[in-house]
Amino acid sequence: MITHAIFFYTFALVAIISALMVTISKNTVHSVFFLILDFISISCLFIMIGAEFLGMIMLIVYVGAVAVLFLFVVMMLNVAQQKNQWFAAEKGSTHIPVGLIVSLIIFFEIIIVVGGWKYKPELLDSSKLSNTMDLSNTHSIGSVLYTDYILLFQLAGMILLVSMIGAIVLTFRKRIGVKKQSYIKQISRERNEGVELVDVEKNKGVKIDV
Amino acid sequence: MFDIGLGHYLTLSAVIFTIGVVGIFLNRKNIIVILMSIELILLAVNINLVSFSIYLNDLTGQIFTLFILTIAAAEAAIGLAIIVVYYRNTGTIRVEEIDKLKG
Repeated sequence: MITHAIFFYTFALVAIISALMVTISKNTVHSVFFLILDFISISCLFIMIGAEFLGMIMLIVYVGAVAVLFLFVVMMLNVAQQKNQWFAAEKGSTHIPVGLIVSLIIFFEIIIVVGGWKYKPELLDSSKLSNTMDLSNTHSIGSVLYTDYILLFQLAGMILLVSMIGAIVLTFRKRIGVKKQSYIKQISRERNEGVELVDVEKNKGVKIDV
Repeated sequence: MFDIGLGHYLTLSAVIFTIGVVGIFLNRKNIIVILMSIELILLAVNINLVSFSIYLNDLTGQIFTLFILTIAAAEAAIGLAIIVVYYRNTGTIRVEEIDKLKG
């Protein structure tokens, strides 16, 4: 029990501190690194609590794909050295105190809800999908995901496809002045547009490539 | 204190959620940090769902966490693509200089 508590507090502390550093770090690259640290500690918490499949998926998807995507974009856009100026906003701006007050209100509201929450014992289960002990977590998720949630699963795949195509379409641009090889053009070239017979007059020469 | 229960995980999730909201409100640097704050908020939601799913012994929360993960990845890809296009067109992604819509 006490080991569990120690591990929980360690990972939770690391997660909270790195979440804070994501927000207040001066360098955007450092923010991305702290975001990765945050994801890793939360996925350790997931594995600790018993959701090992989601913990591993968090590591693969977030750390392996999303955070690396962020890192690429930060490096591509050359914004890493921009100073973080949210402490020194222009005069007369009230967004910092207002933002802090609103955030504090949100936080205390959530804490009140968490503190006052009671699990009614006669509450109906939302489903019959219990996480039984004789199956592993991955096994039980798989047995549910591909049967009861197959439509949602395929919809998620469609959303990923749309986002992939959307990202490609958004960032695609035709560069002007780049010579590219076009097979169709090469194959469909005829003799009369490639070769021309010219009578060359003496001492005048011929103009090429008009 | 040393008996870690559902409340501990919910509190952690509340703290991370609030940090994400603060990051959105107070950020004056660039939009990428705002996107990262959105990822933090989604992470907090995931913690909530997974801890409830474990403590109520109901797999639905973990399934929904999986879908939120998918949506978060798609959102990050599209958002970053939009940011790249915007930077290419205007040369800046500082939050206070993005005022084309006069909002």
